[in-house]
Amino acid sequence: MLLDLVAPTSFYRIIDLRSIVQEKSLSEINERIRDGSARVVSAEEMPDLVEELGSAGAVREVDVVTTGTFGAMCSSGVFLNLGHSDPPIKIVRAMLNKVEAYGGIAAVDLFLGATQPSEDRGIEYGGAHVIEDLVSGKQIEVEAQGGPTDCYPQMELETSLRLEDFNQATMVNPRNAYQRYNAATNSSDRTMHTYMGTLLPGFGNIHYSGAGVLSPLFNDPNFDYIGIGTRIFLGGAQGFVIGSGTQHNPQNNFSTLMVTGDMKKMSNRFLRAATFHKYGPSLYLGLGIPIPILNEKLARSTAVRDRDISVPVVDYGIQRRDRPSIRMVSYEDLKSGTIELNGKEVASSSLSSFQVAREVARTLKEEVEKGEFLLSQAVEPLSRVGSSRPMKQTKESPNVGDVMSRDVVTVQEDIPVDKAAKLIVSGSFDHLPVVSKDGRLMGIITAWDISKAVASGKPSRIAEIMTRRVHSARLDEPIELAARTLDTHSISALPVVDREDKVIGMITSDHLSRLFARRR
Amino acid sequence: MKLMLHVAPGIVRYPLIASVILETSALVNIERASIDAVSGEIVLEVPPEKCVEVKEAFERRGVRVVPLEIPVIRDENECIHCGACVSICPTKTFRFEDWRVVADSGKCIQCGACIVGCPQRALKLVLK
Repeated sequence: MLLDLVAPTSFYRIIDLRSIVQEKSLSEINERIRDGSARVVSAEEMPDLVEELGSAGAVREVDVVTTGTFGAMCSSGVFLNLGHSDPPIKIVRAMLNKVEAYGGIAAVDLFLGATQPSEDRGIEYGGAHVIEDLVSGKQIEVEAQGGPTDCYPQMELETSLRLEDFNQATMVNPRNAYQRYNAATNSSDRTMHTYMGTLLPGFGNIHYSGAGVLSPLFNDPNFDYIGIGTRIFLGGAQGFVIGSGTQHNPQNNFSTLMVTGDMKKMSNRFLRAATFHKYGPSLYLGLGIPIPILNEKLARSTAVRDRDISVPVVDYGIQRRDRPSIRMVSYEDLKSGTIELNGKEVASSSLSSFQVAREVARTLKEEVEKGEFLLSQAVEPLSRVGSSRPMKQTKESPNVGDVMSRDVVTVQEDIPVDKAAKLIVSGSFDHLPVVSKDGRLMGIITAWDISKAVASGKPSRIAEIMTRRVHSARLDEPIELAARTLDTHSISALPVVDREDKVIGMITSDHLSRLFARRR
Repeated sequence: MKLMLHVAPGIVRYPLIASVILETSALVNIERASIDAVSGEIVLEVPPEKCVEVKEAFERRGVRVVPLEIPVIRDENECIHCGACVSICPTKTFRFEDWRVVADSGKCIQCGACIVGCPQRALKLVLK
């Protein structure tokens, strides 16, 4: 073997040996981008290429893989500098098309957040809509109130501005580009309107978000390329990663990015305001990252497919922080349009747009091929450890069990109405939960139901007059939730049940108002 | 073919649909009905060959009938093909075709679920 090394034929073998560990430098790739010879594919094409060529082959053949996503990114906003007025003003409150922008920074700097609703149109028009209007070249109305000082004497002003009139319009988004996102469904008996869209009752549908195979962070989950200073595609402009995003949680594949970009260069093709019904405004934003195939590790991570990325289907019918997960599904399952949940075929559809995500990846590919988009060396990698802990709540809020009354009178459905009436009168309460023989909640009757039955002259058994779709509360539920149930259904009392649905108490609007009065 | 019936005050308590079915022998399907004490709106699916006959039978009974040819319209400049309308539609009016949302308008029964479900406010019902 040693002799072989010096033999002329083995010269090629040495080259071969070197090429087994395929590596390229970022400057080599940028050189190719500059001279227009870089080979660029989208993250949708990469898995088949790696399967065909192997990871070493893919490193030889591919220089850059482009990713993209286009979804609702609530944690977005823009810093605006208005320039100084004459006389100067220190803005303490600013309204942009009646949407409040935060003025608690220097005199004429503002931060406009995407989800801020407007004072006149509520959630139908918000911060995201102001941002889209500015990017679309529209003029916005600015009303500012000042906190007058010797150096800033102006009290208030009004002006009309377009995007070009601001000195700077710099988008800074605390959390964008979630690596993947929980899918959503709803076990409850009413339609829920959430930031995951309309969720129909009884597991009526599933909504999901995220680009799966095109997800920027799932194509580089170990941050072998993406880091602080990475140049990205943001809303049609070139922007940068400035750090990991809020709730960054790479340990569990829920990484996020904090990003910035010049809004003056953005386009409404990749930036669109939205309103989620009964939730609020949000901003759909196109974000893409070109990933250089520097080594086999990156070739393998960019070969990720929809089927490799799984998320839990989470039940938004449970209005708690820790919503139960029904099952795990892959993006391939979600994109198929139906998911089996508890033996039932449930329709699934997306809230983010895969069509525009593809357009982001394609646009980015064209820009890299044309030499208009160079890759950048991160100044520091993203943190591999993040934090997405629950809130520390120091002021304990009471649970239903702390407030409810435990002396509850229940009846069975076969008793006559007049007997129920006597119970209500002697107990001085308005609601009687109806239970089965083993104490499980079946319905409820109220003093009103009884009056109605008596007035119509049909004295009967309570089974005929009780409400069977009865709402209830649980012992360990925060009172805020019980209050919301009472409010949503315009009712005044809820039976409290244990885990076996047995009635153990009642909570009424009187309990809640007494509690509130005492707190004040 | 879908027909929207506007039932005027005064005749809402009359068994309109039953009588039209008996007269025309059409296999109609009631897809949506909202009826209150005085008036109502009903959407019927009617076999194409019976459509004219059924329409005329209702009109003779004082019902205003509007064929729902394009029940829901979409602003193409606003639609971002996200899919928020796809899984919430009870009649599967919307579906993906290579990740573009396409609509089979003929399936729409004007329930309005997609109107509020669309984050871009790109959908509108054609009210007749």
